[in-house]
Amino acid sequence: MKKKISIFWQAIIPNNPVLIIEIGLCSVIAVSNSVKSALLMTFAFSMVQIPSNIIVSSMRKIIPNEIRVPVFVTVIAAFTTITALISRAYFTAVYEAIKLYILLVVVNCIIIGRAEAFAYQNNVFDSFIDGVGNTIGYGVVLLAIAIVRELLGKGTLAGIQILPESFQPVLIMVLPPGGFLMIGVLVGVLETYLRKKEGKK
Amino acid sequence: MSYLVNLAKIFVSSTIINNIVLIQFLALCSYVGLTDNLSSTLGMSYAVIFVTVSSGILAWTIDHWILIPTGLQPALQITAFILVIGSFVGLVEMYLKKASPNLYKAMGIYLPLIATNCLILGVTFINSIHNYDFIESVVSSFGVPLGYMLAMVMLAGIRERLRNSEIPQFFKGKAIAFMITGILALAFLGFAGMIK
Repeated sequence: MKKKISIFWQAIIPNNPVLIIEIGLCSVIAVSNSVKSALLMTFAFSMVQIPSNIIVSSMRKIIPNEIRVPVFVTVIAAFTTITALISRAYFTAVYEAIKLYILLVVVNCIIIGRAEAFAYQNNVFDSFIDGVGNTIGYGVVLLAIAIVRELLGKGTLAGIQILPESFQPVLIMVLPPGGFLMIGVLVGVLETYLRKKEGKK
Repeated sequence: MSYLVNLAKIFVSSTIINNIVLIQFLALCSYVGLTDNLSSTLGMSYAVIFVTVSSGILAWTIDHWILIPTGLQPALQITAFILVIGSFVGLVEMYLKKASPNLYKAMGIYLPLIATNCLILGVTFINSIHNYDFIESVVSSFGVPLGYMLAMVMLAGIRERLRNSEIPQFFKGKAIAFMITGILALAFLGFAGMIK
């Protein structure tokens, strides 16, 4: 039981895919300019990450080692197609805005990375937990950035006015540069923290 | 004549106005990871331009000659494109290994990286989302990686200068690269609205 919790926890904080390992950054910066698109992106990510982890792990004994990467990619592509079709049917407006990034979940380094590094070597249930953990780790960072950017850039959250009308929106936060600046500050905070921690040891 | 103007518009828009790295945020992994020095940046950029143009043409052909006539586009597009690119990169790798070992050695590290570069797949999707015809797709498949090269070379040049300058403790490492990218993106935003 303890091991299962540790798999779950590892994916959220100590090995957070976005902040610590710094992969999958493209979609994080691209869709974090509004909370709605961040939510849809997290949904799409979970719909691909969890099932592909389960499928890869359940087939791990019959996938030949030499062609494992094409097999992973095909599995991930199938789930991405399903997710894109579902998103188009139920969340049309948001989907049209971030279409490109949902289609590109198929080359998201986090998902391929987890298939290769975890699901290919562990049993189905552990892989499921790992998938859920990574989804939360990804979603939390994405949502946190999206909340800050939308609040500062538009004064709204998911389209609802939060800050008073007199607040002058910092427009740059919802434009592309804002995403880079936010990630820069976050990485700076994190690296300073890690340096301090190492200094203490 | 208006067709040529249209092509020029697509080229400028894909290279500068909608710069793939600074405005569309694709290919950030190699953008931050590989811009430590100028020569590896150039090697990677050439490889990306070559593979993007060829796989853009290949993907367009498959999309318009096989997937759309058979009505399979919504279901199979993603799988078909990723397999085209994956196998194409594999093919290039095999060919270079045999035909010119020197070039293969020079490009060796970058070739496998290209397959996972989201830029190439992104270009094939951009072509299909905008419904470009064949020549337009070729122009956009050439313009987008050119914009990538532009952004890569700019950041690499700045980072080479940074090595000898004093950076605040807080921004040391990758953080300063992102801050610079933010400022570069701000400059590129100035082009927005140039072409409707």
